[in-house]
Amino acid sequence: MLDKIKDFASTFFVTGDPLIYGADVSIALTMIAILFVLTYYKKWGWLWKEWLTTVDHKKIGIMYLISSLLMLFRGGVDALLMRAQLALPNVEFLNAEHYNAVFTTHGTIMILFMAMPMMFALFNMVVPLQLGARDVAYPFLNALSFWLFFMGAMLFNLSFVIGGSPDAGWLSYPPLSEMSSSPGVGQNFYIWGIQISGIGSLATGINFMVTILKMRAPGMKMMKMPLFSWSVLSSCVMIIFAFPILTVTLALLFLDRFLGAHFFTLDGGGNPMMYVNLIWMWGHPEVYIVVIPAFGIFSEIVSVFSKKKVFGYKSMVFSMMLISVLSFFTWVHHFFTMGAGADVNAFFAISTMAIGIPTGVKVFNWLFTMFRGRIQMKQPMLWTLAFIPCFVVGGATGVMLAVAPADYQYHNSYFLIAHFHQVLIGGVVFGYLAGIYYWWPKLFGFKLDERLGKWAFWLWNIGFYLCFMPQYALGFMGMTRRVYTYGWDMGWAPYNIVSTVGAFMMGIGFIFQVWQISYSIKKGDRDLTGDTWGGRTLEWSIPSPPPVYNFAVVPEVKEQDAWWDMKEKGLDKIRPDHYEPIHMPKNSSIPFIMSVFWFVAGFGFVFGWMWMAVPGMIGVFGCLIARSFSYDTDYYIPAEEVRETELALRGNV
Amino acid sequence: MGKTKWLSRLKVLLTAAMTMVLLSGCSDKFIVLDPKGPVAETQQKLIIISVILCAIVVIPVLALLAFIVYRYRDTPDNKSPYKPDWHDSKLLETIWWGIPIIIIGILGAYTVRDTYALAKPKVAADTKPLVIQVTSLDWKWLFTYPDQKIATVNYVQIPAGVPVHFQMTSDAPMNSFWVPQLGGQAYTMPGMAMQLWLQADQPGEYYGTGANFSGKEFAHMRFQVEAKPQAEFNEWAKGIASGPNAALTKEGYQELAKPGSVEKPVFYSSYPPELFDEIVDKNGGSYMEHGGNPHKAGEPEAGKSEGTTGGGSNHDMSHMNMGK
Ligand code: HEM
Ligand SMILES: [Cu+2]
Ligand SMILES: [Cu+2]
Repeated sequence: MLDKIKDFASTFFVTGDPLIYGADVSIALTMIAILFVLTYYKKWGWLWKEWLTTVDHKKIGIMYLISSLLMLFRGGVDALLMRAQLALPNVEFLNAEHYNAVFTTHGTIMILFMAMPMMFALFNMVVPLQLGARDVAYPFLNALSFWLFFMGAMLFNLSFVIGGSPDAGWLSYPPLSEMSSSPGVGQNFYIWGIQISGIGSLATGINFMVTILKMRAPGMKMMKMPLFSWSVLSSCVMIIFAFPILTVTLALLFLDRFLGAHFFTLDGGGNPMMYVNLIWMWGHPEVYIVVIPAFGIFSEIVSVFSKKKVFGYKSMVFSMMLISVLSFFTWVHHFFTMGAGADVNAFFAISTMAIGIPTGVKVFNWLFTMFRGRIQMKQPMLWTLAFIPCFVVGGATGVMLAVAPADYQYHNSYFLIAHFHQVLIGGVVFGYLAGIYYWWPKLFGFKLDERLGKWAFWLWNIGFYLCFMPQYALGFMGMTRRVYTYGWDMGWAPYNIVSTVGAFMMGIGFIFQVWQISYSIKKGDRDLTGDTWGGRTLEWSIPSPPPVYNFAVVPEVKEQDAWWDMKEKGLDKIRPDHYEPIHMPKNSSIPFIMSVFWFVAGFGFVFGWMWMAVPGMIGVFGCLIARSFSYDTDYYIPAEEVRETELALRGNV
Repeated sequence: MGKTKWLSRLKVLLTAAMTMVLLSGCSDKFIVLDPKGPVAETQQKLIIISVILCAIVVIPVLALLAFIVYRYRDTPDNKSPYKPDWHDSKLLETIWWGIPIIIIGILGAYTVRDTYALAKPKVAADTKPLVIQVTSLDWKWLFTYPDQKIATVNYVQIPAGVPVHFQMTSDAPMNSFWVPQLGGQAYTMPGMAMQLWLQADQPGEYYGTGANFSGKEFAHMRFQVEAKPQAEFNEWAKGIASGPNAALTKEGYQELAKPGSVEKPVFYSSYPPELFDEIVDKNGGSYMEHGGNPHKAGEPEAGKSEGTTGGGSNHDMSHMNMGK
């Protein structure tokens, strides 16, 4: 009996690696610290009432933000581990198996558990405020989406210490990811972690699409909507078409692994190439899903910090919509070398290059928004300015990759790694950071320190170029991606060491940002006007941080930059003479509980433990039923209370 | 101010590092840009064309950015015009929709031309292409020569100046066969026979590697390609066949296919003649012909090792059930 338990424990818990023991200890210490603080300060009730059960989009946004920053940290540590291993030839810091697990988790976490939730953080923090709405279309679903993402991410992260991490790459091509080549539970963690959070992402896509279509303030025609909201709409449309493909693909892979089906193995009539097609039909739109909102962010920031109306609004809207359509017709460029034939390759080469056109147009529009403006070098603008050259060069190397015959030489090499990091870091990360700096004062009521921010900015930027420019060269030298080590023979060493130095500079940049946040919580400039930067859109018309109900009186929109327009006409000083009661959704514990059941079920499926998976699923359905029987889901904030809140926040009603 | 000084020093350091990287680039380490055969040459030309065409957009944009940011900063004594409501110009927008369209048009034309050109190799009437079968294993490369009846591991010798028809498959997870100086890569897939045509113009040694991640020891999946004059190649092949090397048996293959990497090249005086087809068939067996449909094993047209099909590295996608 004892032997059996020992046996089980030694496969269940990952052991034998100092890094993992380190992780075990730090997880345990963090847990103890959290439990202690919550208990000591008697904060359990507060945590439950204010956060775990909240349906307020602003709070959900903040929870997304915190989780995505944590995941950026985890993904970043993975990146630094890899760069440490690759710094010099023949390094023995990580072994092959460990390196493979690390790049797989790094890629998966960065895209699905960092970029996506950071994007959802911005959706939640900004969209309803920009539209002049009091909440999203389905607040309950919104909370559920967050908790599904959170539980999926936790399940995925658990694989590092329990059962073993997946190691077949972030897209898990079969047959490598099939039972025959990856017998451990790592792939199952991958499937279920993504699957659970993917349901949440799909729901968020639907939720925000409906919000944008239905909840705009009176007078806000589509063509008067702020560009960030447009970018969110375009991203949501892509989510709605792309995520179901992912769900199905992963489900089929799971059936292959779990029931021995043969969807993706030739012996038995399936086809691995079908998987590659399917996963990229999701995967390519996915990269546009995360980058388009960044375009929206830049459009807002460029206009505000150049004190000028955005140039070519219609062009901007049209190009975003065009990109979201085209992005579904380029997926094959990820495997030109799979021998699909000249016709297919030529078609997808051209369609890929075609996406460069609307993207290039946006850059010109941003430039001409600054032209004849007055550019203020505040933090959000700094990141925007850094984004432009980075993204332009990254976009150009993307066009180079689209040249199908030339791609036969770039494919799976460091040239590709350099390209996609340039667009993902230069576009997505810089973009979201710009957005976070920009909207932070709105959500929290204080600014992030400029001086520390500049340090972070320069470290990130210089580090970025040092890290990734040498990798273009490494690609031309024949270095392939995903190698955990190499010899002295190819002359790769000098480039790799420069690259590693750059990566660590970005790591230090991140530390500066953590410092910046903690410093600013105490000492950051408080913002009492609600309009920190001289904004143009509706979110700047309400106090910071906004009250639960956002807008005491729903604004009337006349122009494209509604708030700017009101300020010009002097309407911004007018206060309403009376208030009406406001209808709001009630908090609910169901999203959280239901997601915990999902977690339990997912964990059961990962290990093939039906005694755990089945009760988990029953719990999930139980929650659905419980929700459909709960009638008492909303309440009214009395007019008097609204008046008092506004009085306290604005001081001059 | 100390801070600016520090920053400018960093900039100097950065410039120095970049120059170092660029200068050392003049050596022959950039193998992708140092082609030794017609396929790689076409690809290198395309790379150069695409860089130039992209630069036509990128450089003006960067210059414009620098100029605008410099000229329109928000300083109290900035005298340059300020037009807060100017936000529309049909002319300008036409220009920047137009220029990228033209550039992509040109690049697209070159791309399509070469995509088709490389799909079918130019084989002169009097040369007989050499056929080499490639099998990626866990974690090594097996090469079998149907005409010479020899086999090698992690080493390929080819005659210079002769088109080589690689038929490729995998008896392990997918991989990608890549010899940068001779031309680009193509995937090796279990149960499928893929095609790739390469040629070396001159004798020489070239670096070959697996390019698609295939598991634990993937990093060690390198091989050496050596091009020799035809006579020397013939000599070599004969030497391997009649030399002291062991023959690769079916059991020997089972052993070889087991996971593990191989340090030094291995040579076999012979191998079971149907080995390649058996490997393809046992994993599902479809053969990719030029522009045609994949054939299941056993069908008459099945692309057997004669290598007379003259096909490119293309196969139809109709078998992929693209889920549309
Ligand atoms: C912060 C600096 C970063 C560094 C230093 C870094 C470094 C790396 C390295 C060394 C690899 C593995 C290369 C290989 O062996 O093939 C990699 C892969 C990858 N990275 Fe990053 N990365 C960073 C940020 C990001 C970000 C922000 C994203 C996405 C938003 C991202 C997405 C990916 C993906 C998708 C892969 C491919 C994983 C795979 O091959 O399965 N990385 N990165
Ligand atoms: Cu793509
Ligand atoms: Cu195939």
